[in-house]
Amino acid sequence: MSADVVITGLFIFALASFVGFEVIRRVPKLLHTPLMALTNALSAIALVVSIVILGQGATTYAKVLGFIAVVASTINVVGGFLITDRMLRMFKTRQKPRPAAGAEDGAGR
Amino acid sequence: MSRMDWINLAYLVAALGFAFSLKWMSSPPTARRGVLAGEIGFGIAVAATLFYPGITSEGYVLVAVAVLIGSAIGVPLGLLVPMTAMPQRIALSHAFGGLAAALVGCAHFYLERDHFTKFDLSVIGIEIGLGFLVFTGSLMAAGKLQEWLPQRPIVYPGQNAVNFAVLGVALALVGLLAVDPDATWAVPVIGALTLAFGVFLILPIGGADMPTVIALLNSYAGLSAAALGLVLNNKLLIVAGALDGASGLILAIIMCRAMNRSFRNVLFGAFGAVDATAVAVAGQEQGTHRAASVDEAADLMKMARSVVIVPGYGMAVAQAQHKVRELADALEKEGVEVRFAIHPVAGRMPGHMNVLLAEANVPYDRLLDMDEINGDFPQTDVVLVLGANDVVNPAARHDKGSPIYGMPILEVDKAATVFVVKRSMRAGFAGIENELFFHERTSMVFGDAKSVVTELANEVSGQRDAVGL
Repeated sequence: MSADVVITGLFIFALASFVGFEVIRRVPKLLHTPLMALTNALSAIALVVSIVILGQGATTYAKVLGFIAVVASTINVVGGFLITDRMLRMFKTRQKPRPAAGAEDGAGR
Repeated sequence: MSRMDWINLAYLVAALGFAFSLKWMSSPPTARRGVLAGEIGFGIAVAATLFYPGITSEGYVLVAVAVLIGSAIGVPLGLLVPMTAMPQRIALSHAFGGLAAALVGCAHFYLERDHFTKFDLSVIGIEIGLGFLVFTGSLMAAGKLQEWLPQRPIVYPGQNAVNFAVLGVALALVGLLAVDPDATWAVPVIGALTLAFGVFLILPIGGADMPTVIALLNSYAGLSAAALGLVLNNKLLIVAGALDGASGLILAIIMCRAMNRSFRNVLFGAFGAVDATAVAVAGQEQGTHRAASVDEAADLMKMARSVVIVPGYGMAVAQAQHKVRELADALEKEGVEVRFAIHPVAGRMPGHMNVLLAEANVPYDRLLDMDEINGDFPQTDVVLVLGANDVVNPAARHDKGSPIYGMPILEVDKAATVFVVKRSMRAGFAGIENELFFHERTSMVFGDAKSVVTELANEVSGQRDAVGL
């Protein structure tokens, strides 16, 4: 792979990490468990490369590894999104909502 | 535009979806929208991938079968796992993520190694190692959390030397691979070494340090996905991996700060094992404690203006969350302001305690984290400590000899009255004696967390006869 492709990749990695830090810093401690479940589901995007490996099926070896990888990634995607939503559904405020301190400025470390 | 260009454009849309997904996690009212954004992004990416050039019709069938199997396992893991088991559930999914990344890396190495540069080869070597490390490390963490494995740290002399040697050999082999891509035998050896290293790394880590370890493994899983994306020139994978890596790192840092520990100390320190011996003696010098009955505690809480409940992992183990919520409701009916003070390491993973209380229908605006509530303790009439111990120990503020010195704590000793619910005067998880128990304004209420809270709730709501447990 040529150097400029690698450098483009590193650019994307650096900027995405920066966005990640800035966005995730603002997630309140209240939601850290659902956050972890969600990022888990998102990083199961390795599913797309697993699909390509299995789908192209260049060798038996690739098929076997690709198959396991697709199964493992699918578990994480499906299970991850379901469990995140299941947790978030439980977070309710009381009937008469007051200014929710826990929700607004919990991100401060 | 070629077909690949369209696919990459779809990936760009998916990456934006992921970024919005995390952005909307910044507050409970928008968080579920965040999940939807993530799902849409994911759907677009997978749909676009199905148009990838070179996928055979047999390939489509295999993909469909694999996705069905994965869903059959993923749906129950998503819908049925109880909230108390969330830490091991998350650890397990890190394991699957690590495994998938490592296997795809291996497949790519064997298929494409002739086209790889030295840089590609070393990145893919590291990526494979990282993936396998996360796989066994996370399985170990899940095993410890599920208590299939002993929670206590397992240590032996020269442990760190062995661990570094294993890691060193693995890295040397990655170096060899970069120079000589035909040394294909090195890949399974790297795999075996890093699989072993994952196990070794978690052996000396105790149950109380699991929140940090899970967060760190989360970060590693993200990094291995990003490394895979770098080698495969898959930009969506780079973005998702970087987001996951950043998230895990932030959570790990927060957990370390909450325990006043460094990464090095968590990973190589074997906390519990060292401290238990040093502290066993300290207990005898403490003063006397005061015991209070449930009636006394209930009366005082009923008359209070504000009550703060400090839940610890002991409460979760006793499954007392729902009873705690009943107590809070009963007190609110009496006009008492009830809030919950959540220490960052109150559960077994970041944010775990909040989920457990939310599940018991405690409104989230009653859940305050340490920084939000600490200033309020001097104006608090009654604090009820339920199954928490080290996180309320004032020794952390002033006793330089204490193993928890410097750890940020919930400053409950500043409240007018403190009730501590505890089975006995035995020392806590880390074996450290707690000064709070001997404080002049502290009273101990002895008993099992669940039955004490049940009695308190009945007492406060006036249903004396309905105590039956």
